[in-house]
Amino acid sequence: MATLTASRSRFFRYASPATFYPLAGRLWPWFAAVAAVLALAGLAIGLLIAPTDATQGDSYRIIFIHVPAAWMSMFIYLVMAFYAVLTFVFQTRLSAMMMRALAPTGAMFTFIALWTGALWGKPTWGAWWVWDARLTSELILLFLYLGFMALQSAIDDTRRADRAGALVALVGVVNVPIIYFSVKWWNTLHQGASVSLTRAPSMAREMLIGMLLMALACWMYSIAVALVRVRALIVERERDAAWLREAGEA
Amino acid sequence: MNALVAIMRFELLLAWRRKSALATTLGFFVIVASLFPLGLGADPQLLRLIGSGVVWVAALLATLLGLARLFAADHEDGTLEQLRLSCVPLPLAALAKIGAHWLVTAVPLCLAAPILGLQYGLSASAIGVLVASLVLGTPVLCLLGAMGAALTLGLRAGGVLVPVLVLPLEVPVLIMGAGSVEAHMNGLGAGPWLSLLAALLIVFVLATPWVVAFALRISSE
Repeated sequence: MATLTASRSRFFRYASPATFYPLAGRLWPWFAAVAAVLALAGLAIGLLIAPTDATQGDSYRIIFIHVPAAWMSMFIYLVMAFYAVLTFVFQTRLSAMMMRALAPTGAMFTFIALWTGALWGKPTWGAWWVWDARLTSELILLFLYLGFMALQSAIDDTRRADRAGALVALVGVVNVPIIYFSVKWWNTLHQGASVSLTRAPSMAREMLIGMLLMALACWMYSIAVALVRVRALIVERERDAAWLREAGEA
Repeated sequence: MNALVAIMRFELLLAWRRKSALATTLGFFVIVASLFPLGLGADPQLLRLIGSGVVWVAALLATLLGLARLFAADHEDGTLEQLRLSCVPLPLAALAKIGAHWLVTAVPLCLAAPILGLQYGLSASAIGVLVASLVLGTPVLCLLGAMGAALTLGLRAGGVLVPVLVLPLEVPVLIMGAGSVEAHMNGLGAGPWLSLLAALLIVFVLATPWVVAFALRISSE
């Protein structure tokens, strides 16, 4: 019982804003630096080293930002839903703040995925936009992010805002598998996945490495930005707390 | 069960005493659907193609109208508080209120839809499919809308927020509903789409009342 309590308390130690705030402050510059290095390496490989595609020419190079952004747009929503579960199960304030901190980044990546897709679609498909299953469900994901953020900013009471937002995040999470599998289920214009864990990738190795580096850079960037934003949220909500005043931040 | 019937009867009586509100939703539905031929031109070929989609979009927007009324009055005068404290399970009470709301706002739409179908030159069998899809789909719209209404209860920006929250989630219903009529007109048969709508309806009737009750608890604690 004693060991259980000990491990539980270690598990929950960083769920307290007072302990997480300095940790996030120490960590975020590292994540930001790693993101910058990875992005530079990924862009160098993607734009300079990777070969020109046999059928699409150089316009395929948009995938180095398009695919990572599309992955992040779905993954961040899943992470938000995970924090929503934590909010309901453990009633931790920090998980709700993390949810809130992640939403703008997720919305930004969704927008980037749609925007770069349009830039790529014009030369390749001949249209900026088609009402294809994957494009439409990605657009709905953007609306879900915007709805989540609109609801959060409309509620003044933080406890209610946290719980209402968590409920919306959980209800909307149904959309993520629909986006991910849409190219398989409906077989429409958007091509299927080029990268999969279960089979060899259908692209040159340099292309794959560039894309994976960019994806990692997007991960690190998301973590860094979320940590900075959650620090701002903590300061905003705990401005009257003694620990914050002792830290000399408020 | 008695509580369910009692709450529904109460809600229906209230709605009957305020008939103008019912007429507003129906009027909005007919006006929105009538605007499209004015904006797009009166080519019968085109109207037949877009008819089912237009009626469905109009129904989607019309069901949003009455949502602000669904819980707001009960929230203000304390009825909701009493319902929470009473021995009636809150999901059941929510289901009763949503059911009454569907009877009051969506059933008139289903009844008016054939007239709009005729205006758009749909065949009699296509109109039948349209009405069937509306009968199966509008309860899902009401259930999702109730969730939005419960989450935004008492907020200043509530009226604008509900569509932003709810419309993205209602897209599958729209696709299936309009798709059923289109499939019928293309000779593919509306059966699969209507079955999907019915399956969606069953899932939503079983699950949504709990979500709505949970949202009401979040909003009124």
